[in-house]
Order: sequence, then C-alpha cells, then structure tokens
Amino acid sequence: MSSDAIAIQTAEATGRPWVATLHEWVTTVDHKRLGVLYILYALFFLVIGGIEATIIRIQLMRPHNEFVSPQVFNRMFTMHGTTMIFFVAMPILFGFANYLVPLMIGARDMAFPRLNAFSFWLTAFGGLLLYFSFVGGSGLYGAGNAPDVGWWAYAPLASRAFSPGHSSDYWTIALLVSGFGSIGTAINIVATIVSMRCPGMTLSRMPLLAWMNLVMSGMVLLAISPLTAAQIMLLVDRYLGGNFFDTQAGGSATLWMHFFWIFGHPEVYVLIIPCFAFASEIIPVFSRKPIFGYPVMVGATVCIAFVSMSVWAHHMFTIGMSSYANSFFTITTMAVGVPTGIKIFNWLGTMWGGKIQFKTPMLFCIGFLFQFLIAGLTGIMLASSPFDWQLSGSYFVVAHFHYVIVGGILFALFGAFYYWYPKITGRMLYEGLGKLHFWLFVIGFHLTFDLMHIPGLLGMPRRIYTYEPGRGWDTLNFLVTIGAFVQGIATLVFVANLVISYFKGRRAGNDPWDAWTLEWSVSSPPPAYNFASIPRVASRRPLWDLKHPEDPDSHYE
Amino acid sequence: MSTLATQLPENSAGWKLPYRGKVGMACLILAESAIFTIFVVAYLYYLGKSLSGPTPREVLETPIFYTICLLSSTLTIHIAGKLLESGRRVAFLGLWLLTLILGALFLYGTGQEWHRLIYERGLTISTNLFGTTYYSLVGLHAFHVTAGLIMLTIVLLFGLAGRVGQEQSARIDVLSLYWHFVDAVWVVVFTVVYVLGR
Repeated sequence: MSSDAIAIQTAEATGRPWVATLHEWVTTVDHKRLGVLYILYALFFLVIGGIEATIIRIQLMRPHNEFVSPQVFNRMFTMHGTTMIFFVAMPILFGFANYLVPLMIGARDMAFPRLNAFSFWLTAFGGLLLYFSFVGGSGLYGAGNAPDVGWWAYAPLASRAFSPGHSSDYWTIALLVSGFGSIGTAINIVATIVSMRCPGMTLSRMPLLAWMNLVMSGMVLLAISPLTAAQIMLLVDRYLGGNFFDTQAGGSATLWMHFFWIFGHPEVYVLIIPCFAFASEIIPVFSRKPIFGYPVMVGATVCIAFVSMSVWAHHMFTIGMSSYANSFFTITTMAVGVPTGIKIFNWLGTMWGGKIQFKTPMLFCIGFLFQFLIAGLTGIMLASSPFDWQLSGSYFVVAHFHYVIVGGILFALFGAFYYWYPKITGRMLYEGLGKLHFWLFVIGFHLTFDLMHIPGLLGMPRRIYTYEPGRGWDTLNFLVTIGAFVQGIATLVFVANLVISYFKGRRAGNDPWDAWTLEWSVSSPPPAYNFASIPRVASRRPLWDLKHPEDPDSHYE
Repeated sequence: MSTLATQLPENSAGWKLPYRGKVGMACLILAESAIFTIFVVAYLYYLGKSLSGPTPREVLETPIFYTICLLSSTLTIHIAGKLLESGRRVAFLGLWLLTLILGALFLYGTGQEWHRLIYERGLTISTNLFGTTYYSLVGLHAFHVTAGLIMLTIVLLFGLAGRVGQEQSARIDVLSLYWHFVDAVWVVVFTVVYVLGR
C-alpha cells in the first residue's frame, strides 16, 4: 500500500516545472527534507571553509611568503574557524539528527515541524549574513571587509575602537541568529525524543543515536545560550555605548573570555557527541554484534555532558588565574577523559570477537577511533596547566583541536555519509571510490596534523602571518601544506562519489547493511509519512527481532 | 518504489508520553535561564566596580507595588488555566484580562523607573558599568514581559472571538508556564538588583 503512494508521487515529480519543486523545498516542513537541506547547506560551506584553509596553508607553505596580505590572512583564519564550527559542523550534525531521529524512534516527523523549518532558515540566513560582510562589511564607505578578530573575538579587539566598520557586527549578528536557530532545533530534538517515541520504545530501548542527540541537544540549550547572552552584550557595547568589555570604564576583557569559553568548550562536546552516536550505530552493524555496554554508554554520555560544563577555563590558563582555579580546571579536564575512555573501550569491546566487515563506513569509524584517541591524549597533555603555559597559543594547540575536529568529528561524519546515504537517496555509494577517499584522506590527514604538532613544540605561534627561515619550521610547514592538498583531493573524490552515485549507484533497497534499527524498515528513500502504521518495538534491535523470530533480543533485555 | 516497507508489529494502546508543548517550553526555559544567568553573573561581577557615579544606592528605589503586580499575575494566570480546564470560559477570560493588566502595570512601572533614572538622575546605558549592567538585565527581563504580554493579548483576542475552549487548555498551560518563568526570573532580578545590589 505504501509503495503505491510513493510511486504516484515520483511520477508527478518528473512532469512538474522546477519552480514548483523549488517552492516545495523552500516551504517544506518535512524533517527529512530539512535534514537534507541542512546537510547540503553545510557541505556548501565546507567547501568555502576548505578554500579558506587552503589559502592559510599556501601562505604558510614557506617562510616570508606573500601569497595574501596580513589583513586578508587575519580574515581567512577568522572566517575559516567561524564557518567550520557554526556553518559546517553544527548544521551538518543537526541535519543528520533531523533526518534520523524521527525515523529511528518510529515517529512521523519532529515534534514541531514548523519550528524546525524556521530554525533551518535562521541558520541559513546567519551564514549568508556572515559572508555578506565580504561585500557590506564597511557599510557605505567602500569595499567589503570580512571580520578579522579571530573566531573568539576577544575583547577589546572586537570593540569599536579596534574593529571599526561593521565587520564584527556581521560576525556577532550572524552568530546570534544562527544561535537562535540552534536553540530552536535543540528544543525540537528534545521534545521529539521525549514525546514522540513509538509504543514500546522506552528510554532503555532507544537507539544510542537518539540518546546521544538528546544529550547533545540538552547541552546546546545550556551552552549556546551563554554565547547568545555574550553576543547581546557585545552588541550593547558596540551600538549603545555600553561598558561590558571596555576596560577603560572598569569593564573586564577576561569576562568575555569566560563567557565565550563557557560556550566554547561544551561546544566541542556538542559536536563530538553526535559523532559518538554515529560510531555507536555503525560499529555494531559492521561487527555483527550488539553494542557492548549499552547502559554504560548512555551513562558515560551524560557524564561527559555534565563534566564538560565545568572545564571551560582550561582555555585560559595563561591569563593568570589563581592556583586553585588552575588546579580545578586541570582536574575537571582530566576527569572528562574518563567517560570518554569508557566509550572507546566499549567500541573496542563491540568489535572484539565480532565478524568485522571492512566496508567504507566501518573504515572511517575505525579511523575515528584511533585518531580520536590520540586527540584525547594531546588533550590530556594540554589539560595540565604548566604544560599549557608553555604551549598555549602555539601550533601544538592548533594540531590538537584539528585532530579532534578532523580526525574525530569529520571521520565519523564521513562514516555516517557512507552508512546513511543509501537510506537518504536510495542508491549505494561506490565502495571503490569510498576506499580511495578513505585512504587518501588518512594519508593527507596524518601528513598535515601529525606534523603540525612539531612546529608547535618548536615554538611556532598560531595565527602567525609568516615566519623567519631557519627555525626548523620550514620543511614541516611545507609538508603540512602538501597534506592539506591531499585532503582536498580526497574531499573532491568524496564529492564526486556523492554526485555519481546519486545517478548511477546500485539500488540500495530497504536494508543494505542488514542493520537493526527502525530507519531500515522503511523504503529508501523513506516516504513522506515515514511509517504507514506506527510500529511497536520490544527491544533495542527491532529489526533483529523481526529477522530472527526464533531468538529475539526481547528475551534477554 | 521497488521495495515495500518491512512489516513491523503495530501500534497498541497504553502508551502515553509527556505533552510535546510542555517539553518544548521546558527546554526553552532551560535555555533562557542560561541567558539570564550570564547577565546576572555580569551584574554581580561588576557590582561596585563602576569608575564613576551614580551608584545603585544613590538612585534605585525598590519597586514594591509593581513587583506585587507581577508576582500576583502568576497566581491569576494559574487560576485562569484551571478555570479553562473545567470549562468556565467567561471566568477564564476575566482572570486572563486581569493577568494582562497586572503584567502591563509592571511594564509601565519599569518604564517609569527608567524615565526617572534617565531624565532625573542622568543614568544611561553608557554612563558607567552599573548603567550598562542594570539596563541590560532589567531590559532583558522587560523584553520577556513584553513578549509574554503579546502572547497573552493574542490569546485574549482569540478568547473574545470564542475560539479558546477546554480543548485548548493544554496549550494555555504551556503559555502560562512561560509566564511563571518570567515571574520567577523577576524574583531573581529583584533580589540581585534591589536587595543584594544596594
């Protein structure tokens, strides 16, 4: 019955003018379409952010290079950071959450479909506003001027005196607007998971992806809001002559740092927890075993969320806090490594003794596991405040957080693309191109970010425009730039795979991976209403129960 | 499509989850609390750090009457919700209107205080740190009162048009949850600004 309805829809779609299709996509409130819009939007900005990174790397390729001017260089690293965090990582993860959460919990849509569309368009226009600064950043006075105050816009650099024109205002308002979008989506995800689960799906039977997105959304509510508040304060300072961060009127530049990092550090976990979620769905399926230690996994996630709310000042060890504060933030930062370690242990426990299938999604997840572990280890090193005094603001820190964001978050995301692309489009991605993408990216990633630690240890400061030859940084920086290009080529392979597979890929069918969660029970792509009739589940792996009625999970849970 | 949806066991009765509106509003309140927390922290952190006058002790007067107005509106909206639940629509509208008037009175009080501070005491948002933090914190709260009043007015208009009945009771509860939050924030702001801050 359900398949007939879809067949008619597609027949109609081929005959319609493109304006009608466009209108349908712009006005859509369907969680799947909004999910796809989020993802496409983020991929577009990923390319832009990648181009900015490439410009930075070409500039640093050799000493005394003058590929771009110092002013442009400052704009590039500001825009690269802001774009990648707020307009790539956040929307892409929200896109996957939007697409997958209702399908995995057996719901027909999110709790508030129109709020969902509103949040997406807020985020979308936030990104456009940020990039409009290239044209309108100096107002009527002349050419554009992108923000150049760094992604954290420290006071007093972002004040009127040191950042004239409107470039910082575009930065502030873009983040404010997209922040409202993020809060809206987070509210939506929580309400969906709490109120829209299908019968039988108790919290302890919920897929880990839903659990972790629930925790992530809770963190968004608590972490993005301080940034929103701080941005309002910055606007008050810049437009109404307020004194929040004006040191000459008794204001404090340190307070901005605190407010920014109260947002900034939990933000890292907001980004990584959905990636834990991808790994927790993909690794069991390709190890042919249920996840090891489900309750512990949930507990560890909640634990990370709590602890990560109290670690922010490890970004500020060098500002001269009291020794008590330094000790406190060192201890909490090291403590957050414990639940994270438990997670890594559980993923290994899932793989242990399993019949591992090395398909592309699994390859990316294994890459994620190893690289995220190393990223965590350099994190523990930097958590120690005396060590941080030495290396804060150096390329070691840059290497560390790119290891987290690229080696951890991006690898898990690529895994998610290969795993769920068949569900979203109905076509498989090519395995050959996928493996080429994986190996090229691994080589490029390690060439860039392993080597980047060393100039940091040798004293190369971050955000430096250029450097003197003969400090031992030259060869390393050259190799780092080569690695960046290898990653760029790998990304092109990925994009080519996305496009070619969309038209030529093998038909996926409902369940190409022989997986166990509800999204694989519907056709690929799923119909607009998701489930013709709302299912009832009895265990964590409803499709396993269905495929193995002689030995269902519900007997053991 | 080439494939049929896999058949799963179907729906059955006895499965009840919390109302999504309430969950959504609870989440919004959580996020708003975080925003207010940051402003309260800024207010407390900058207390007594202004380089020039006027100071809170010199210019602030405790708005007791208007505070009573706002706090009693939390009671009237609660009773209004209960009345709607039991189907007494006229009584509901009466108390709803009373809530609206109490809220508007509070906003008028804030406006009057600001007028006095600006024109008589010369305290503006750019005068000193006290001015910056005071107008931001109280203004953020007043903004939320205004947003609440707009929503209350919309419900009132729908009510006068006869469109608000027992079946909307759950939605009205969601809105009153927001109003309770706005009142609760005022308790914090009042304590910080008018009690601890002087």
